[in-house]
Amino acid sequence: MVIVQVIVGGLLLGAIYALFSSGLTLIWGMMNFINFAHGEFVMLGMYVALLTVTWVGGGPAVFVIAAALALFVLGVGIYLSLIRYVIRGPMLAQILSTFGLALLLRYSAFWIFSANFVSLPQTSLGGTLKLGGIFLPVAQLVAGAVAILLTLGLHLLLTRTTVGSKLLAVAEDRAAAMLMGIRPDRMQALAWGLAAGSAGIAGALMATAYPWSPSVGETFGLIAFVVVALGGFGSVLGSLYAGLIIGLIQAMSAFWLGAIYKDIVVYGLFVALLWLRPQGLMGKKG
Amino acid sequence: MKKSSLRFAALGAVAAALIAGPPAQAADAVKIGILWPLTGNAAAAGQASKAAIEVALDIINNAHPELGNLPLAATAGLPNLGGAKLEVTFVDHEGNPATAQQLATRLITQDKVNVLMGAYQSSCTFTATAVAERYGVPFMVGESSALNITTRGFKWTFRATPIATDYARTYMRFFADMKAQGKKIGSIAVVNENTDYGTSVGDAIVAEAGNAKLPVAIRIPYSASSTDVSAQVLQLKEKQPDVVIFISYTADAILYMKTMKNLDYKPTMVLGDDSGFSDPSFIPATSDIAKGVMNRSAWSPGKPDSTTFKINEMYKAKTGRDLDDTSARNMQSFFALADAINRAGSTDPEKIRDALTKTDLKPNQLMMGYQGVKFDDTGQNILAATYLIQLHGTHFELVWPQDAATAPLRWPMGGWAQ
Repeated sequence: MVIVQVIVGGLLLGAIYALFSSGLTLIWGMMNFINFAHGEFVMLGMYVALLTVTWVGGGPAVFVIAAALALFVLGVGIYLSLIRYVIRGPMLAQILSTFGLALLLRYSAFWIFSANFVSLPQTSLGGTLKLGGIFLPVAQLVAGAVAILLTLGLHLLLTRTTVGSKLLAVAEDRAAAMLMGIRPDRMQALAWGLAAGSAGIAGALMATAYPWSPSVGETFGLIAFVVVALGGFGSVLGSLYAGLIIGLIQAMSAFWLGAIYKDIVVYGLFVALLWLRPQGLMGKKG
Repeated sequence: MKKSSLRFAALGAVAAALIAGPPAQAADAVKIGILWPLTGNAAAAGQASKAAIEVALDIINNAHPELGNLPLAATAGLPNLGGAKLEVTFVDHEGNPATAQQLATRLITQDKVNVLMGAYQSSCTFTATAVAERYGVPFMVGESSALNITTRGFKWTFRATPIATDYARTYMRFFADMKAQGKKIGSIAVVNENTDYGTSVGDAIVAEAGNAKLPVAIRIPYSASSTDVSAQVLQLKEKQPDVVIFISYTADAILYMKTMKNLDYKPTMVLGDDSGFSDPSFIPATSDIAKGVMNRSAWSPGKPDSTTFKINEMYKAKTGRDLDDTSARNMQSFFALADAINRAGSTDPEKIRDALTKTDLKPNQLMMGYQGVKFDDTGQNILAATYLIQLHGTHFELVWPQDAATAPLRWPMGGWAQ
């Protein structure tokens, strides 16, 4: 029974990893652009959720949507005010710009919210379901379900809709897309909005289970990068699978080998897999 | 302005400086460099301690006769140094031992501080004290508890706070007391974060449990930055120890309490080793799911007219929160350091070191529940001690030892029960 509990726990954790990685992979897939501020978007999502609960009230649906909208607007704003310009610069400038953005957001959060750890008050997601001897924390279940829906939604958006085709066209060849009458800036601003918005959803859902402070973005940012690299840069489905795999391996190795070995196992396997398959699980060969 | 008048102005300035020279020198501020995690995972603790030191600075630098026997409170500045003020430079090592090492060097060589203090995480204190030793600058360890900080034969490191072995022995005395009262403690579990702090306290507890013939059912080291602790809680659930001792920082301590509830695991008692359990964020996040959780603290605000109560009020006025044990131990260490500097009557490192070795503060001169402050050859305070406290409602009550208790012990813990 414990084994089943460990596996279920690992998969739920993995779904959350996938959830906060999807936005990162989206920006890479659309723009070949690495966003080091992604973990900070998740962090801001958590604070938006907290502020919403404190000022407006309402249940999880309210603060998750508030976080999604707030971060969508922030993502679009950051694209229009910063990324649009640095993307024409050299690779190094692009990398450092989002790195600087990450530090700016993190330390602004320290300034505004202070360094104290905060938690969301108990919400309707605070309970636990018991299913045949297995404990399922509701917050993680919902986060897992949303992760899968959001990932599939993004996947369908990219592969089945006109907007998706336009986004992909811009990613493929900016000049050619412009000749077809697509406005690349609009599409890429949309991609940034969607990526930041999904990070906001991830943050708001994580906030129901995890205490945080402004430096939480570092922890999540690192995991997101590993998930995206394992899944294959740019593949939304890949990061879902990668998240589930990493969560599962972490949970199992922590239970059987001990908590301090779980990251050795995960990153060991990660390096081995990239050695065999540098493009990741579902990435295209470079 | 002409050249000649410039020269006159310069001469005048030099003359003024010469005349003002000696008295100004006598009251020159004493520079203290303090290294803490002001950002990063332990930032909350660092910021809380910083606020505590700012209150201590107010107490020392200004006259506070209402604070009774507390050394240096009644006078403004340090009387033996002509009323010199203390001036503190806070630096942020982010919880990184390498950064702590670099910053300690910078404080000594560039900022020319007279003494150092810090550094919260034992791993950071370990590297920073080594720098102070090399340069011959006194280092007051504020509250880091790893044993190995004072076992290197250092001459310049002093520590007023109790350490891992003091705590481990207190826990064993407490367990023996409980057993004598007929409570069942068949085995314990030790869950520790895996840097110097958690490892050394964990080691000390396992060693003392061995001496006390108390079985340790399982020991679980883990990383404090874990985003998930379900596997660890499931391991505990399998072993069924009666008491689980957590040596954890803030986010992980809260996460453990939430995960234990989620996975329906409640041992007879949870005993937190200060740190995360004393963080101001702990109670609001867990008060309804961690009822009766125990913790240790050498700090208790006491009765309304006491010195400790007034200090707590000053801290509250500044931060809006009660003073916590971690910050209070830092504050006490700072008072002990200031007392030594005053007795040295000089900013000369050698003289301050001498004064530190001769420190002998009595319980009525302290804000903490120690039996005094007196350093042995290793620099460790041999009179340090601690109380055990328990979460009752939304605050901790002193519950052990019984003669100091402000409320009765609740055994077993309630956890999330209504």
